[in-house]
Amino acid sequence: MKIRLVGTRGSVARAGITTVRYGGDTSVVQVTAEGGRVVVLDAGSGLPRIQPDGDRIDILLSHLHFDHIQGLGFFKPLFDPDVETHIWGPVSTTMDLKQRLVRYLSPPLFPVRLRDLPNTHLHDVAPGTFSLGPFEVISDLVCHPGPTLGYRITENGRSFAYLPDHEPALGVRNFPPAPEWLSGADVARDVDVLLHDTQYTEDEYRERQGWGHSTLEHAVGFALTVGARRLVTFHHDPEHGDAQLDRRLEGAAASLRGDLKLIPGTADLALAI
Amino acid sequence: MAHPIEIILLRQWASYIAVPMWIQDEGGNMIYYNEAAAQLLGRRFDDSGEIHVSELATVFETTDLDGKPIPSEELPVAIALAQRRPAHLPVRFRAFDGPWREIEVTAVPVEGQEGRHLGALAAFWERV
Repeated sequence: MKIRLVGTRGSVARAGITTVRYGGDTSVVQVTAEGGRVVVLDAGSGLPRIQPDGDRIDILLSHLHFDHIQGLGFFKPLFDPDVETHIWGPVSTTMDLKQRLVRYLSPPLFPVRLRDLPNTHLHDVAPGTFSLGPFEVISDLVCHPGPTLGYRITENGRSFAYLPDHEPALGVRNFPPAPEWLSGADVARDVDVLLHDTQYTEDEYRERQGWGHSTLEHAVGFALTVGARRLVTFHHDPEHGDAQLDRRLEGAAASLRGDLKLIPGTADLALAI
Repeated sequence: MAHPIEIILLRQWASYIAVPMWIQDEGGNMIYYNEAAAQLLGRRFDDSGEIHVSELATVFETTDLDGKPIPSEELPVAIALAQRRPAHLPVRFRAFDGPWREIEVTAVPVEGQEGRHLGALAAFWERV
């Protein structure tokens, strides 16, 4: 399984000379199986940079905040009748995935309507397990405002956990708690590669508790608790430039224990698992 | 196995609330009570830990206000768990061999996304 970070930025895209290395596009990760099957995680502004070469593509949405869906309207395969596109997203107690996506993919926010896409299929995802070709996918609801899924993707015994927007420290007096009381723990337990929200500095988090995001320190504590082997930083704050992100990583490296490796989530980072 | 996020957030919320509350999972096991509840129960959760459903009746004694035992299935939490509806009842109870107290109990089922039945939350307070 290969992983490529196509869009790494959180909240809003931020292009410029200070975001060249860590990237300016919002959340998109491409996962490619050994046989070539592609699954895309989230549909942020980086989505148009993905060039599928097959006749099917699956997009797993963690949630429907705009920075995770805004690339859909600019993704060419959605308009190609020869490409079967499947979009998977979290269940809601009020509306199905189609009703919620229509809010974006319809005028006045977008000129093309969802119903006009020729070969697109929508799936509401509940917590559980399902298969996508060679991949086993585990989904579970995690701590973030509104229904939000974390995903664990496994192929041939190798696993990757995707928790791009996640605040497991919310309301926890002594973080991290025991694993059974830790949001997202089942998705990330003993995973080979964990991609986790590291949006805020500790000062920023104090001002933004409940906004649904983590500090790098939270992500490290989470990774150590669940036994992840590699932690990739993700969902970088749009106000944080490359130099600042480098400094934060250097500071966090001292808190690592055991075999956990910390990997900077830079644009177009490619990992083989 | 981690608890569902709805239960995790419920515990975190309850830990900040001054109204006595406890949480049972879908199997009826008592998995958390807050500090306010600990004052009525006579023991902190950190000291008691989770209590398996089979042990609850040995830890907690419950009667109606006249001292007549209440069948366990008629207790508010049992109704919330089994019938998935809210229930309320004034009761006498004692826990961990402490003093008898008169309390009001309100229990509500915890229903998660996709209709998942996750347990029950009980709030209770002393009658005055």
